[in-house]
Formats: sequence, structure tokens, C-alpha cells
Amino acid sequence: MAYRHEIIEKNSVLLVVLSLITVAIGGLVEIVPLFTIESTIERVQGVRPYSPLELAGRNIYIREGCYLCHSQQIRPLRDEVERYGHYSLAAESMYDHPFQWGSKRTGPDLARVGGKYSNEWHVEHLKDPRAVVPESIMPPYAFLAGKPLAYADIGDHLKALRVTGVPYTDEMIKEAKADLEAQATPDADTDGVAGRYPKARMGDMDGQPGRITEMDALVAYLQMLGTLVEFDKVQPGSLRQ
Amino acid sequence: MTAIAAALSRDTDTAYVEDAVRAFVIATVFWGVAAFAAGVYIALQLAFPLLNLDLEWTTFGRLRPLHTSAAIFAFGGNALLGTSLYIVQRTCRARLFGGPAAAWFLFFGYQLFILLAAFGYLTGITQSKEYAEPEWYADLWLTLVWVVYLVVFVGTLMKREEPHIYVANWFFVAFIVTIAMLHIVNNLAIPVSVFGAKSYALFSGVQDALIQWWYGHNAVGFFLTAGFLAMMYYFIPKQANRPVYSYRLSIVHFWSLIFLYIWAGPHHLHYTALPDWASTLGMVFSVMLWMPSWGGMINGLMTLSGAWDKLRTDPALRFSVTAVAFYGMSTFEGPVMSIRQVNALSHYTDWTIGHVHSGALGWNAFITFGALYYLMPVLWKRERLYSIRLVSYHYWIATIGILLYITAMWVSGIMQGLMWRAYDAQGFLQYSFVETVMAMHPFYVIRAIGGLCFLAGALIMVYNLWRTARGDIRDETPFVRSGMQTAAAE
Repeated sequence: MAYRHEIIEKNSVLLVVLSLITVAIGGLVEIVPLFTIESTIERVQGVRPYSPLELAGRNIYIREGCYLCHSQQIRPLRDEVERYGHYSLAAESMYDHPFQWGSKRTGPDLARVGGKYSNEWHVEHLKDPRAVVPESIMPPYAFLAGKPLAYADIGDHLKALRVTGVPYTDEMIKEAKADLEAQATPDADTDGVAGRYPKARMGDMDGQPGRITEMDALVAYLQMLGTLVEFDKVQPGSLRQ
Repeated sequence: MTAIAAALSRDTDTAYVEDAVRAFVIATVFWGVAAFAAGVYIALQLAFPLLNLDLEWTTFGRLRPLHTSAAIFAFGGNALLGTSLYIVQRTCRARLFGGPAAAWFLFFGYQLFILLAAFGYLTGITQSKEYAEPEWYADLWLTLVWVVYLVVFVGTLMKREEPHIYVANWFFVAFIVTIAMLHIVNNLAIPVSVFGAKSYALFSGVQDALIQWWYGHNAVGFFLTAGFLAMMYYFIPKQANRPVYSYRLSIVHFWSLIFLYIWAGPHHLHYTALPDWASTLGMVFSVMLWMPSWGGMINGLMTLSGAWDKLRTDPALRFSVTAVAFYGMSTFEGPVMSIRQVNALSHYTDWTIGHVHSGALGWNAFITFGALYYLMPVLWKRERLYSIRLVSYHYWIATIGILLYITAMWVSGIMQGLMWRAYDAQGFLQYSFVETVMAMHPFYVIRAIGGLCFLAGALIMVYNLWRTARGDIRDETPFVRSGMQTAAAE
């Protein structure tokens, strides 16, 4: 063997090419089928693209590195299902570019945090976590309530996501800015945004009805997490991967 | 085999490109201290959350990528670039392809990437993909630097005077090629605007998760393993003045390691929405990976055959050899944690953090310290290091630091995993989440102390290396005299 290996040891281009082939195999075998096997993503009803306000909130979640301490992936283990709710489906993150499953639970899982607490609780907790949970070690995010949300280019975000395959329609992109404002403003005309994004939570989130802040967007995102699929209507067979 | 032994002994430093290598050595030390300091700080934040300072730029969420990237890409990356340019020239007996201009481009190009990434983290510019956080513009820049690196490295291999390509260079080739592949695929993204930082990842959900961990685990496998194994294959034979233990084992080690490693990523996704067949494949290959890992460890350790006494007298060699021992330990722990049932407990807990640090501190940093102590007198043309005693102090304080760190994380990780799944007599979950957070506190303090020890050791090294560069030699008797010296003294 050592004798034949000499051929590779004396040819740097051959070494590069053979190394590349060797390291490419594993990834190809594991990754390509995930795009081609149809049962990889379960067929369940209710999963939709993020509303513009939720998307802006998700971008703040990413910006602040929330994923470093909070997972969004409930495993099918008895204690996790009891603590957090139904285990996570692949379908529930099919529009997540990128995914936010996380790898560490310094804080609890957030995959189904939507609707568990009031908007006020979230705002108080984000501003000063220890005011609400004295033993918490989470950093405070009071600055979010003081920062106006930058959303002038929100339509461009939807366009970029459409390139990656998220089914945003021309109408959704055209109305993105108006939808964002309507969702975050109390007593606004929300028929359009509610029709385009079923189950989206409407109204002021951060206790400052006059302005749309980063806090509004983040709370809107947190409040929709895990709420789209109605599990009592799901047939067990459709969850098979 | 003889050609390789000859290549090792025939080093001459005529006409090698060394200025940029010296710059890489300095950058390695600088970023190392920065990464350790950032690590200590965020460890303290978890113990004492007031240290988040109520500012948006100093929260754990923004500083944690700063720490991981500083450790992996700034400290580890500069060590890899510097040592690879040093080793490839000497084992090929050829001047670097592209000369000083190419080497300086690599140096400044790479530091620019680090600064672009770091500035982004503090201001909240991140893709949120672990260990691949920099946004699209920094990724494009790194791709350019990396292509130049590949050309410079392979170009130097092609103009070599030695008939054989030395084993360390095989590992560097695999490292450079694989990182290019991983970096490009995992960072495919659509920018919102060419004038803005924000982009959206091309892939989503379950596919994105697997691609990310295919990347993430092989950043460990090829950046932190293959590249550092190349350092092992050069510096341990040089420090021990012995040839590599087994040539045949090197060949088996190389091909089996690079083939198996790439499959291991899905073990990060057990029990998730990733289909079981994929995570099972990842688990099976992770367990198989134990064998080449230990083959490499044996090849490194057994290189000391006939020179074990040097461990008593040469603390720099002790760093390199202890590194290989830590490599063996964490490549045993890794496959264990990749088993689905073990992972059910260990995943999402500090056990993973401890595992990573036994690799990063015990293996990557220690082998780098050994290489730095070897390189400093050679590159600065000094007779020897300023102080051998200070190397010993560094060794022991760093080792104690690592042990505190990993034992604290074992206890806290396993304890938290058990608390999450504990039921009381009535069949209810026994602990609320925040009760498990409270239980972590003492271990977070111990971990921070361990990190402080490690940082203190690194500062001792900085002082020692700085005095060495100045040409000072400390008047000291070594802690342990070699057998021959003792005999001569009698």
C-alpha cells in the first residue's frame, strides 16, 4: 500500500483532487436526499410565510443572538412535550431562512412560546428579565423599546426571501409596508394583513401605541411562534417522515 | 520514508518567506489573548448577569460569537495560516509560491476578514449560523483570501525540491480544500440590497439545519482537527527529534479521517425534525470516527518512543504531547455524545460546552502553544526561549484551568439534563426551568475561574515570548535537569 501511495504523494494536483472527492461523498449522500424525499417535510395545514412585522421581529431575534441561548426545537421526549408542547415539525420551520433551532438551552425552548404569556409580560421581561423572573440570567433588552423599527425597505426583504423560495405574492410585496403598519397600529384597518397572514396578532405590543418600535416587532414574532399548526386537526399519518 | 526523515532534518532557512510568518505568529498570540479574555467575560456574564451592562453592544448574545470566532478563526486561523506557510516551505525545500507579496496579502486579507466579522458581531450584523455568523460581504472577502491561500499552498507544493509531499501537507491540503467547500455551500445567501449588510440564507428549515451542521461539525473536523494534526505531524517530530512513529498509520489516518469526518454532522440534530435516517447515519459515522482519531493520537504519541524523557525537561514539548492526549480524550467523548440515547441527555446542556473546550483549550490551544514556543526562537533567530521555567508555569496553570473548566461543565451539564427530565412522585415535572438555571450558578463561577487560569497562563506566555523576541535570556536553573546534565554535574 505504501508503495502505491507514492503516486499520490508525488503529485500535488492528484492529492487535491482525491481529497476533494473523498470529503464530498458524505455530504452528498446526506444532504441531497433531504431535497428530494417528499416526506422530509410533513404535509400539515397552517404554516405560512411571516408577516412583515413578524419578519422584522425575527430579524431582531437573529441580530441579538437569541438563538445562542434559546432553542426552537422541541424533541419528541416525554419531559419536553410536557414542558413545551407538541414536538416540532420540519414543516414549522420550512420558511425559516436560516433555521433557528439552536443548540443550547441556557434559557428555555421558544418553539411554542407564542400565546403563553401576555404582550405586557414579554415587554417587561425583555426590558428587565429579573423584574419578572428574579433568578433569570438573561441580558436586559430595554433599548428595543426606545428604538423605532427601521422598515422602509421591508418589501425588499420579502423580495429577497421570494428568491429563496418563500411564496410571497406580488400583492404581499406591494403591501408589505402598509401591512406592517396596520399590524402594529391599534384600531387600524387590518382586513388586508389578516387575510394575507392568518392568525397574525394585531395591535400595539410594547405599550407605546403611537410608535412602532423594535420591541413591537420582536413581541409580534415571539407571540406567533409555534401557533400556526393546529395539532388537534392533524392526522397522525401525515407526520410520518 | 527516508525522504521524509531527510526533509525533516534538512531544514535550512535560506530564502524562505518568513516576515509574514512572524506577523502570523504575533497575530496568533494577540487574538489568542483576546479570545480567552472574551471567553472569561461571557463566562462571568452567565454567573453575574449584571455584566451585560445594560448596553446593546455588550450583551451575551453579541459577545458570544465574538468569543467563538476569535478563538476559532482569529487565534486558530492565524496559527494555521502561519504554521502552514512555515511548514510547507521547509518540508518542500521551496520558497513560498507568490513570494512575500502573496504572504502579506494573506496576512492582511485575513486580518481584515476578522475585523469585518468582529465589527459586525458588536453591531448586530450576523447570519445567526453558528461559527458562520459573518454576513455575505465578509464571506465573499474570505472566499477570495482562501482561493489565494489554496493557490499559494499548492503552488509551493508544485515547485518543491523534495520528491515526496510530507504528511503534514496532506492534512493542510484537506483542510484548505474542505473549508472552501463548506464555507461556500453553507453561506449561500441572497442579500436584500448590495448596499446593505442583511441577507437571507438560500436554504431553510430542515435542509438548512443539516447543511449548517455539516458545516459546523466539519469546521471542527477540518479547521480544528485536520489543520492542527498537520501541526502535530511537523512540530512533535521536530521537538522530539524523532521521525513520525508509523508512515503506514499516517496514510490510513489521513484518508479514513477525512472520509469519515464529513458524515458526522447530523449527530447535532438527534430527535429534531431531521428524519431519523440522517441522524442515524451521522451517529454511526461518528462512532466509526473514533478509530482514525485514535490512530492519529497513537501516531503522535508514539513518535516520542525513545524520547519520553524529553517530557520531563522540555515543557514546550509537554504542551504538544498533552495536546495529543486531550485530542484523544475529546475524540472519545465525542462519539459517546453522538449516540442517540446519550445525546438525549447531553444535547442543549453545558456538557457540549465542556466537550468543545476540552478540544479547543486542551488540543487546539495546547498544540499551538507548543508550536509557538518552538517557532519563536527559530523565527527570531534566538538561541532559546527567554525562560523555560515560565513555560512550566504556563503549562501547569493552563492545565489546572482546563480541568476546572471541563469538570464544572460535566457536572452542570449532566445535572441540568437530569433535572429537566426529573419527575416527582405525582408524575409531574419536578423542576421549573428557572430552578435548573439557579442550580448552574456555582458551576458557572468555577468555569469562569478555570478560564481565568487559562488566560493567566497565556499572559505568562506573552511575556516569555516578548522577552525572547528581544533576545533576552533568563538566568535560571531548570526545574528538572536532564539525565545527562545530572550525570555531568556529579
